[in-house]
Amino acid sequence: MLLRRCGTDALLVEVDSLTEVAAVRAVLQGLDGVEELVPAARTVLVKGALAQVRDVLATVDLTHVPETRSREVTIPVTYDGPDLDLVAETANVSPEEVVRLHTGATYEVAFCGFAPGFGYLTGLPPSLQQPRLDSPRTKVPAGSVGIAGEFTAAYPRATPGGWRLIGRTDITLFDPKAETPALLQPGDRVRFVVA
Amino acid sequence: MKRTVTIIRTGPQALVQDLGRPGHAHLGVPPSGALDAHSLTLANRLVGNEETAAGLELLLGGAEITTDVSCTVAVTGPPVQVWIDDRLADSHQPLHLPKASTLRIGTPDTGLRTYLAISGGVDVPEELGSRSTDLLSGIGPEPLRDNDVLPLGKPNVPTGADVVPPVRALQTLVIPIRLGPRDDWFEDAETQLRQGAWTVSDRSNRVGARLNGTKLNRRDGEIPSEGMITGAVQVPPDGQPVVFLNDHPTTGGYPVIGVVDRDHLRFLGQARPGTSVRFRPIS
Repeated sequence: MLLRRCGTDALLVEVDSLTEVAAVRAVLQGLDGVEELVPAARTVLVKGALAQVRDVLATVDLTHVPETRSREVTIPVTYDGPDLDLVAETANVSPEEVVRLHTGATYEVAFCGFAPGFGYLTGLPPSLQQPRLDSPRTKVPAGSVGIAGEFTAAYPRATPGGWRLIGRTDITLFDPKAETPALLQPGDRVRFVVA
Repeated sequence: MKRTVTIIRTGPQALVQDLGRPGHAHLGVPPSGALDAHSLTLANRLVGNEETAAGLELLLGGAEITTDVSCTVAVTGPPVQVWIDDRLADSHQPLHLPKASTLRIGTPDTGLRTYLAISGGVDVPEELGSRSTDLLSGIGPEPLRDNDVLPLGKPNVPTGADVVPPVRALQTLVIPIRLGPRDDWFEDAETQLRQGAWTVSDRSNRVGARLNGTKLNRRDGEIPSEGMITGAVQVPPDGQPVVFLNDHPTTGGYPVIGVVDRDHLRFLGQARPGTSVRFRPIS
């Protein structure tokens, strides 16, 4: 674990894996005075309360992710994405098997980014861990469900994107006017079901 | 009946801004808020508002408004001419705007962003705890258009005015910067920053101040996306730094050579394209 200075009131905590990211996020979550806590692929950005943050990190066990308040979210998906056949071909299975694999796993929101409410979910079965498209789409419709590398995600709104799209959901992923604007928050557990 | 303000003309760009919505970066939501928060809070104090009230951020002034009730207004930012019903009035002072009269704001000679506070504050609905327009993610009210009508909140009794001489925006900025978190991507980052010279690009916006000038030499490659804070100086492969302002993306994959102190970001928020920028690395 490496602590990198980020201005006067923030630190970038650099670790070696998503599990370690989850461990760091979990021990810092809810710490008094922390203004922002932003997990990412190999880092956690923390702003505020740096003295307490350093104390907590001095004794953190990176191999163990403490239980935090995580929600269970179910996302209904219609599996008719434009890249479903490509994904099946790459995995050397049938499209039905892709659906079975994608709905069979339990995922965790590792971090959010790219756009408000866009959660990067880990837990993807190895045969579905596939590269991005060679050429990104200029517009991916809102609700599209895709895979890229070790992640799967649902697009909260229409944006450009290079993920392989296997389906779509009608669920609202982000609504800034709602009491809980983001359906997915880091640490939440997610399952996909056939709509 | 709700008090309202009508935006007769927006000028080049008129946005509702308050102090933003920090604390939501983990959801991918930028902080947003007035780029020159110092000027917005001053305008709010002048009209008796809480500092957190929403006002208007006007790119290069140029706006014209009228209200359906008598109210107090204040215009801050760089020095600028203002008129009430074609009578010249002062910026940086509380002004009485009689019912149905018109406030017209000129174009400042220096600087970029003029702030307008109206007694009671602009009372559009909050989104994630703020009324600010976030131009990156589209959260908050749309950018204003001519003839938009905005609701106003309940006014307080003004508590007495600050005396505040307006500050002209500088032609040359020397900006303190703290190295890190990714200064190790650069050979002698401190010297490169100290010796470089840049100008503010006309591609700058609320997302970032883009700088043109000395190429910062960095390693090739990208970092897995990591959290970004306001003031982070990102260096893309072309070596031209971008200082992240309030509507910045919450994560990014280019190395951050250093972070500009928050207190100095407002000067970048007021820097016109062509303004000279030097960095002063501090430890």
